[in-house]
Amino acid sequence: MNGSAAIQTSSLLIASSLVLVTLFFSYWQKLKLEKETLISVIRAVIQLIAVGYVLNYVFGVKNPLFTTFLLLFMTFNAAYNAAKRGRTIRHGLAISFFSILIGALVTLTVLLLSKTIRYEPYQMIPIGGMIISNAMVALGLCYKQLTADFKTKREEVETKLALGADIHASSIDIIRDSIKTGMLPTIDSAKTLGIVSLPGMMTGLILAGASPLEAIKYQLMVTFMLLSTTAIASFIACSLAYRGFFNARKQVK
Amino acid sequence: MSLLEFSHVSFTRENRALVNDLSLSIEAGDFLSIVGPSGSGKSTLLRLCCHLISPTEGTIRFHGQDLMRFNPMELRKQISYCFQMPYLFGDTVRNNLEYPFSLRNKPVDPDRLEELFAAFQMSTSNLEKEIQHLSGGEKQRIALMRSIVFQPEILLLDEVTSALDVANTQIVEKVIEALNQAGITILWITHNPEQSRKYANKILTIDTGEIRSLEAIR
Repeated sequence: MNGSAAIQTSSLLIASSLVLVTLFFSYWQKLKLEKETLISVIRAVIQLIAVGYVLNYVFGVKNPLFTTFLLLFMTFNAAYNAAKRGRTIRHGLAISFFSILIGALVTLTVLLLSKTIRYEPYQMIPIGGMIISNAMVALGLCYKQLTADFKTKREEVETKLALGADIHASSIDIIRDSIKTGMLPTIDSAKTLGIVSLPGMMTGLILAGASPLEAIKYQLMVTFMLLSTTAIASFIACSLAYRGFFNARKQVK
Repeated sequence: MSLLEFSHVSFTRENRALVNDLSLSIEAGDFLSIVGPSGSGKSTLLRLCCHLISPTEGTIRFHGQDLMRFNPMELRKQISYCFQMPYLFGDTVRNNLEYPFSLRNKPVDPDRLEELFAAFQMSTSNLEKEIQHLSGGEKQRIALMRSIVFQPEILLLDEVTSALDVANTQIVEKVIEALNQAGITILWITHNPEQSRKYANKILTIDTGEIRSLEAIR
C-alpha cells in the first residue's frame, strides 16, 4: 500500500508496555485481574502470530476448492458456537449452519457478481470471516430472545392456538421480535459509524496508509455485507427454530 | 354417541398427575359446570378438551373419533377455549375481533360484530379502542366475543366471570345461557355454586385430578 506506515517490531515492543498500565490499575484498585490480563495478552500474541503464519500459507494456496473448504469450516464453527448459545433450540446446529451458509452465500455472491471482490483467498477468507462471525453473534442473540419469549409469552401463543391459529401465526410476534434482536446491534453500529467510532477495518486501512476515501469505500462495503448477512441468517434461523417449541400436535412444549 | 368422551384419561407432568384416570361423557347441548378447589385439575381438563395438551394415558373422543386424529387447528375452531386471564393481542379491539376471520380467510362480517357488541351490551365504537385502555371486565368480554365470533360446537370457559362485577357477570351469563340454548355445549369452570345451579344441567366436582361426583340437576 502506498505510504504504508509499517510498524517496526521494536516499536511494537515499546507499545506492549501499555499492558503495564492495565496491570497497574488492576493491582492498584485490587481488581485481581492481573493474571487474567497477562494470560489474555499472551494468548493474543500467540494466537495472532499463529494465525498470521496460517493466513500467509492460506493466502498462498490459490486453489478455489481449498478456499471453499475453509469458508465451510468457518461456517461450521460459527454454527457450532451459535447452537451452543441456544441449547434449547431443536436442531440448533443444523439450523445455524444452514442460516449462516445461506446468509454468507447470498452476500458473497452479490459481492462477487458486482466485482467488488474476487474469489481469491486473501479477499474471501477475511471477508467471509467477518460476515460469518457477525451472523454467529446475531444468531446467538436470536436464540436467546426466542427462548425467553416462548417462556414469557406462552399465554399469547396458546391464546392464538386456542382460536385455531397455526403455530407460525401464533408465534409471529415472537419470531419478529427475535429477528429484530439479532439484527439490531448491526443496525445500531451502522447508524453510529463515523460518529461514535471509526471502525477497526477503516482505521486499519488508514493507519496502513490508504486514503480516508478509499478506506470509507471498503467500510461501506463491510457495513452493507454485514447488514445483509445478519438479516438473512437471522430471518432463516428464527423462521426454522420456532418450530422446535411445538410438538407435532401443534402444542407448546 | 357422546359429543365428547374421556376414557381413563390421565395427564402427568413432572411426575405429578394433574388429571388421573378420568372417564366422562359429555352430550351435545350439555351445560356442564366444573367445580373443585384450586389446583384440582379443572383447567387441565379444559386444556385437554381443546387439545392444547394431550393425555399421557387414555383417550378423548370427539364425535366418536380420537382427538389425536383431528387436525389440531380445525379442532380448536370447533372446541373454543376462553382463558381465565384474557389475553388480548395487537393494538386495538378490532385486531382481536377480526383475527378469527383472518384465520378462516373470510372477509370481516360487520353485522356479526355488531350483533356481538349488542349481546355484550357494548358500543361498536369500542372497536377502535386501544386494548391498554380497556378495563378488566371489558377485556374479558372482548376475549369472550373473540371466542364466539364463529360459533363453536363446544365452548370452554375458565372462570370467565371471576374478575367481573355483578352487572358484567349478569351480561356474560345471559350470553352464555343464550349460546347453550342455541345448541352450543358449554363446559364452565366456576367457583360460584349459585351460578352452577342456575345454569348448568350437570355439575362435575373434581379434586386432585379425579372425579369426586357428577350430579345431573336437570
